[in-house]
Amino acid sequence: MTYYLDFEKPLAEIEGKAEELRAMARQNSEMNVEDEAAALDKKATAMLEELYGSLTPWRKCQVARHPERPHCSDYIEALFSEYTPLAGDRNFADDHAVMGGLARLDDKPVMVIGHEKGNDTESRIRHNFGMARPEGYRKAVRLIETAGKFGLPVITLVDTAGAYPGKGAEERGQSEAIARSTQACLQAGVPLVSVIIGEGGSGGAVAFATANRVAMLEHSIYSVISPEGCASILWKDSDKMREAAEALRLTAQDLHKLGVCDRIIPEPLGGAHRDRDATIESVKSALGAMLKELEGKKPAALIKDRRQKYLDLGSKRLAA
Amino acid sequence: MNWITNYVRPRINSIFSRRETPENLWSKCDECGTMLFHRELSANLNVCTSCGHHMAIRPRDRFTALFDGGIFTEVKVPEPTDDPLRFRDQKKYPERLRAAQKSTGEKEAMLVAEGEMGRMPIVAAAQDFSFMGGSMGMYVGNAIIAAAERAVELKRPLVLFSAAGGARMQEGILSLMQMPRTTVAVQMLKEAGQPYIVVLTHPTTGGVTASYAMLGDIQIAEPGALICFAGPRVIQQTLGEKLPEGFQRAEYLLDHGMLDRVTPRTQLRDELIRITRMLMGQPPAVAGDLPAPAEPPVEEPKSEEQPAPEKAEDGTASEEADQTK
Repeated sequence: MTYYLDFEKPLAEIEGKAEELRAMARQNSEMNVEDEAAALDKKATAMLEELYGSLTPWRKCQVARHPERPHCSDYIEALFSEYTPLAGDRNFADDHAVMGGLARLDDKPVMVIGHEKGNDTESRIRHNFGMARPEGYRKAVRLIETAGKFGLPVITLVDTAGAYPGKGAEERGQSEAIARSTQACLQAGVPLVSVIIGEGGSGGAVAFATANRVAMLEHSIYSVISPEGCASILWKDSDKMREAAEALRLTAQDLHKLGVCDRIIPEPLGGAHRDRDATIESVKSALGAMLKELEGKKPAALIKDRRQKYLDLGSKRLAA
Repeated sequence: MNWITNYVRPRINSIFSRRETPENLWSKCDECGTMLFHRELSANLNVCTSCGHHMAIRPRDRFTALFDGGIFTEVKVPEPTDDPLRFRDQKKYPERLRAAQKSTGEKEAMLVAEGEMGRMPIVAAAQDFSFMGGSMGMYVGNAIIAAAERAVELKRPLVLFSAAGGARMQEGILSLMQMPRTTVAVQMLKEAGQPYIVVLTHPTTGGVTASYAMLGDIQIAEPGALICFAGPRVIQQTLGEKLPEGFQRAEYLLDHGMLDRVTPRTQLRDELIRITRMLMGQPPAVAGDLPAPAEPPVEEPKSEEQPAPEKAEDGTASEEADQTK
């Protein structure tokens, strides 16, 4: 069963009908419904093109959070070989919201780190819905430093609503952990590339995405605050999330214009979840291209390149 | 004033009586409710003389009390692009900015200065919570980078006083990008081997805490300061759990190993002098040799904005101490 977003309701109807027809035909072999079903398919495709050709920022948020969107573990499984998860922050715990470890991308060893949201109730709870606690950032610091020591490129896959607003997370120094993780990213003398695969939520995302190159999937978002949060603070009304999403300029296309995102990775028609394999393939080629751009650079040059990228984000020449 | 003057000369009054006696010579302590005379309060650096509660202090007043003789030179901060997102909520962002500039008399939410503190040359930066909640946008990012660069150039320690609600939402992703950006500034200091001392003041929250404000070589907080990433209200709403007494306050953080020290504002200057001198390998300060800290400026409410006491030259500030009083 496909999960439909609220703005996809009309689409659900058409696709539902086509499916129904085909189901009937399967039971009754004399029926010939293919023409009719194909017409419906065509209509559905046209509708998808229309809907996804002009997604509003809020709808992009919905797509970015789509429960069937491929998650970090899907990418890791499909993109890498010999994935060897590494666990723990050596201080307190292993945070299941953050997965990471050694792996091979086209046979070359890399360190991969990402947020995992989970895909059913049980796994979502285990992964804390992709919201890291301090241990998650500290694990990332450890992995980034290990990668730096052995000259392995770091790939981060970002998909989080943000840091976990919990009592324990605060007590164990969530802010310091995020700051240190950002710092570790900046200090890494190896190529560090990042892909925002779904939600890039605030500090939780920055802690992983302070990279030489940042790519975003076409319908992913990256923002200082969730549209709901922004609406409740600035509009005093959390139902104004559409306006807030608009104002925050959080889409991949906006961020590309602002110079925060270096590359937009196209998604299949109707979003990443409609064709996972194609999405994962696009991410793979983007990763390859970004790593190639950084190939052969010395550690100092990589650090300088990364620094300059962020230093530039405040200068006069930023055009809206 | 009586009813006649009120009745007869309202217009004349409005022209000539700008320098009337301030209306609020007394202010009430937020904590214990004691009425405090404004001179007494500002002489005590806005710390309640009755209960020791720390009220907000503006960066300019803080610097006047911090630097020898109240003399400091502002460090110029490069201007960022105005309103890069053309952000509009219920108000336009430039309108909010102008309103904040008008009410505070400051340009933005951070002030950077250089000068001497107990004859120890330093660069200092202070965030202004009264300016849009001290929020971190591109200007604040630029200010921190300017402060770090200046400290590196002059080979001085950087003392940073943080106070902020977090990132400035009106600058969207560009405010978020100030987290890595200011972390680069911290790196510059680290590589140059210059001390970076953070004084966390009430409140320091959100993205500010998760970047430059938690990366100091020494982390000091003022008593009672709220310091957190996610605020208590957010946590309470999300978890519906009652939070312990003093949660996310300076003392709580000290207990949980997140800070080096909690120091009252009135003792902060001496402590900063001690620490910076030790980190810079300087001999101990000789108490008698030190120029007296300036009287904190007596803030006359409604009075014209005082021009900042500025000194033009290099380090020899102490002799000019009297001029600014």
